[in-house]
Amino acid sequence: MLKKARITVVIMLFTQLVGCANLGVQSWERDLLAKKEMTLDAEGIDLGLDDHIYFSKEATSGGRAFAGGGCGCN
Amino acid sequence: MQLISKSHIVKNNKTVANVNTALAAAACALLGTSPIVQADESVWEMDTALLYYGETDRVTAVEGVFSAKKDFGDEHIFSGKIVVDSLTGASASGAVVQLNAQTYTRPSGKGQYVIDAGDIPLDDTFHDTRVQLEAQWTQPLWNDMRGSTGVHLSKEYDYLSIAVNGSLAKDFNQKNTTVSAGLSLAFDTIDPEGGRPVAFSEMVIDEGQFANEEAYQAAFDATRQKDTDDKTTVDLMFGVTQIINRRMLMQFNYGYSMSDGYHTDPFKVLSVVNDKGLTQSLVHEDRPTERNRQSFYWQTKYALDSGVADISYRYATDDWDINSHTIDSRLRFNLSDNTYIQPHFRYYQQGAAEFYQPFLIKGITLPTFASSDYRLGEMTAYTLGIKYGVKMASGNEWAFRLEYYQQDPKNADFEAPGMLQQLDLYPSVKAVIAQVSYSF
Repeated sequence: MLKKARITVVIMLFTQLVGCANLGVQSWERDLLAKKEMTLDAEGIDLGLDDHIYFSKEATSGGRAFAGGGCGCN
Repeated sequence: MQLISKSHIVKNNKTVANVNTALAAAACALLGTSPIVQADESVWEMDTALLYYGETDRVTAVEGVFSAKKDFGDEHIFSGKIVVDSLTGASASGAVVQLNAQTYTRPSGKGQYVIDAGDIPLDDTFHDTRVQLEAQWTQPLWNDMRGSTGVHLSKEYDYLSIAVNGSLAKDFNQKNTTVSAGLSLAFDTIDPEGGRPVAFSEMVIDEGQFANEEAYQAAFDATRQKDTDDKTTVDLMFGVTQIINRRMLMQFNYGYSMSDGYHTDPFKVLSVVNDKGLTQSLVHEDRPTERNRQSFYWQTKYALDSGVADISYRYATDDWDINSHTIDSRLRFNLSDNTYIQPHFRYYQQGAAEFYQPFLIKGITLPTFASSDYRLGEMTAYTLGIKYGVKMASGNEWAFRLEYYQQDPKNADFEAPGMLQQLDLYPSVKAVIAQVSYSF
């Protein structure tokens, strides 16, 4: 029973790894991803301003970027 | 665009090297994207913004941002940012509302303010200007590895924060997977007007009981520590960015943050109330000197036929017992080739810090740490907003953003004595955010 479970786990892990290897695109398929609005730091100014507001008004910060330091904002 | 590429092909089809160039250009033309910009053609990209943040009856802030970025060739990129903000208005002092008027001493010890019966105790002393400077340098290192390093400085009247950061990122799987690791060290110094209050010291209020000004000042000084204090923060961040398919990419970040030093808010107090809910005294808060935080962040961007969906979720937890969940979504719809509209929705929920207490009860032994700052209490918050952007013929872009932000503090199972049961101890905070941006 235990052996069966181990084999199942190994098969599942293997299929997951194969799945990971298949993720992604070829360089000629990056037309949509290359758009400015698809970059992770698109709207960096807005995100920075939002981070500052929520850092000042809530108990949690960070996640997208570093959490620490900053200001003595009230 | 296509004409240029076509002539390029005709002109350069005699050598293998030129065929490659032509194919690249043709591919760009077919895909509707710009050809690769040569390093020496790079120009400064400037982003500017002016933001207004206004709470009903509380804080108003105006913030200006100027940011510049340039690729000096071969992905050697410099970016810099200057932020200036001005803050005025009132902030919750931490004291509870009462059925009678209350008199408070200002944090500087100079002067008093009176809160009317039934009003939320807000300290209207706040008036501050802050300047923030940032610089970041990023460049390729070796074997698909990139390095980035930067500095951050924020200075306001009574607070200075200096931080340095460094990170490494490596691409795998034909640049479909990027793994990164970063470190940030921050050093903050605080020197509040009037000094830092002694933990749980009672607010000295001049109600005519002092023989003269010197006697009052001596009593006030006894509640203050005059030297500055500081806080160091070490942040670690590990991230994986994965391209899923032609339309979708995902990012996962894990952050660990350790801070050591002064975490107390020198302007916050707690009301000590009796069994009828009447305030007997006000004492200054005190928070632990250490905090260890973890965050788990997931973001997905999906390219729609005419727009982008951007959804993120963050779970954060720390050893102050604050757990939070944040969902953020931005959906961009292109109205035409050069205009778009983007609704924004954010939902936030946090639990209370283990030392959060809305008030203290007279006669009960003081806890080791306590704060009644509602920002450390249980709350939910949401943001609803809309942004409109327009790209000019010159390529420069204007954007306008209008948002509504509301915080709804909750009672984390504290039993209010006497008259406090009839009063709103957890009032909502409502704010409007307006922003104009210009990129050129």
